[in-house]
Amino acid sequence: MIQKQISAYLENKPGQLLDYIQVLGENNIDLQALCIADTEDYGLLRMIVDDPDKAVDLLKKAGHSCAITEVLSVVIPDRPGAMRKALAALNEAQISFDYCYAFFSKEEGKANIVFRVPDNDEALKALEDAGALE
Amino acid sequence: MKEKVVRKMKKYFQPEIETMPREQIKEIQNDLFVKQFRRVYESVPYYKAKVDAAGVNPDEIQSIADISKLPFLTKDDLREAYPDGLLAVPKKDVVRIHSTSGTTGKRVVAYYTQNDLDLWSDCTARAIVATGGSEDDVVQVCYGYGLFTGGAGLNDGAHKLGALTVPMSSGNTDRQLQFMEDMQATVLCCTPSYASFLGESAIERGVRDRLKLRAGIFGAEAWTEEMRRDIEDKLQLKAYDIYGLTEISGPGVAFECEEQAGMHINEDHFYIETIDPDTGEVLPEGSKGELVFTCLDKEAFPLIRYRTKDICVLNPEECSCGRTHIRMSKPMGRSDDMLIIKGVNVFPSQIETVLLNEGLTPNYQIIVDRVGSSDTFDVLVEMPEDLFGDTVAAISRREKQIVSSLKSMLGIVAKVRLVEPKSIERSEGKAVRVIDKRKLY
Ligand SMILES: [Zn+2]
Repeated sequence: MIQKQISAYLENKPGQLLDYIQVLGENNIDLQALCIADTEDYGLLRMIVDDPDKAVDLLKKAGHSCAITEVLSVVIPDRPGAMRKALAALNEAQISFDYCYAFFSKEEGKANIVFRVPDNDEALKALEDAGALE
Repeated sequence: MKEKVVRKMKKYFQPEIETMPREQIKEIQNDLFVKQFRRVYESVPYYKAKVDAAGVNPDEIQSIADISKLPFLTKDDLREAYPDGLLAVPKKDVVRIHSTSGTTGKRVVAYYTQNDLDLWSDCTARAIVATGGSEDDVVQVCYGYGLFTGGAGLNDGAHKLGALTVPMSSGNTDRQLQFMEDMQATVLCCTPSYASFLGESAIERGVRDRLKLRAGIFGAEAWTEEMRRDIEDKLQLKAYDIYGLTEISGPGVAFECEEQAGMHINEDHFYIETIDPDTGEVLPEGSKGELVFTCLDKEAFPLIRYRTKDICVLNPEECSCGRTHIRMSKPMGRSDDMLIIKGVNVFPSQIETVLLNEGLTPNYQIIVDRVGSSDTFDVLVEMPEDLFGDTVAAISRREKQIVSSLKSMLGIVAKVRLVEPKSIERSEGKAVRVIDKRKLY
């Protein structure tokens, strides 16, 4: 499925991440996945939450730089070789991605992967055709 | 394709003056200066007191070579003599004032007689003709009208030339573009940042191909060669620089010719010196220094040795356009806020110009420090919302672009750090622009 992801800029200073998480927690926004890309000077926070529009609104009001991007979020079986199959499917279709991250699904035996690809529909089709998805 | 108009080419507005041999320019300057000094000394008590206090015997001022004996005038003098302590004619002879913006304490009011206005419009007419202009042109003036000298200066120059003048004043982009198209404007006069904005707007609205602009005269702000190319590309015209300041008259003190390589100073009206801003010592032609102007034939508000604080280089080489008047470089910045970083002169205004040109907010902070024996130079820039994305690559690309624009303006590499909106420290509502930690040691 196409999933709205929040990305936020983390200045390199203490308490930055805590600030963000606090804003979300205080407003009962459920955090489903989180990952941080770190560079020498700053971090880039990416999150999947249950209400992305509300979350972005709140974060902007709190003075943070953030944006919504549509990423591809797919469910694969939680077993050895499943991730390999998914990556091989994309590779086969010559689809490259900027980043990806994985997290457990709330459903037993399944895992989620988020892909940032140039064309979500094309990538989804490639994964489906290869039978890589649950 | 733009329609080709057969125009009566006119190379100079006042050929005999603009191409006069330099010895003759110097003779004119000499005669005008001696008379001007005498008149101002005798008619302006504030100036007389200043000269007397400097211990200069007015009888010693016999030629332009003696000018270096005279004290400088600065903005402080203008403030002290405000509102009319430097007026050199009876008030009944004054026909107009102009004024710089700024808080009351810092405001400058300049006075003009009819003759002053006539000479000033000659200067701006020269600037328009230097772009290939003639009475066939339609000159759209989008500088502000009113107290600001920009609107009136170019307006009167266009009139003088006999061109059709479209007195738009600033703002209202849709209306600007509408008139530009409907009146078939050929020359655009405004600030370079507004020109760039107009160019973007023209492209967005799909009207660019219906415009007939051939030249732009852009001043009152610092701008770079990159901005020039960008504006030329966006508006499909040739972009010319113009220089001036209210204290001396307004735009047209110096202007660029078709060579686009420095601005010819109207030396028949203004005597120019470059000085070391620290010692006040007059520097040889061609050295980088602060510009000092003397008004040779202005009547109402004739400043003698006025320190502009603009740092420039003069170029006495002959120009292939045929004009003999000396050329000045673009001002590199203001002497009072100049920083020396890694041995290079850096002006905060240059950084501001780059950021504005990059579509960023002019909220920035320069942090200079010294690690070991070398300087560190960080520029903090507030990140606009639209700049932000979800990939490191996109942010790095933008950062690199800012670094490279800064390098082309300053000649040295700055470390750019993007920070969150509104996060730069402010004192009394104004951002603190420069933190020079080297001074603490
Ligand atoms: Zn020239």
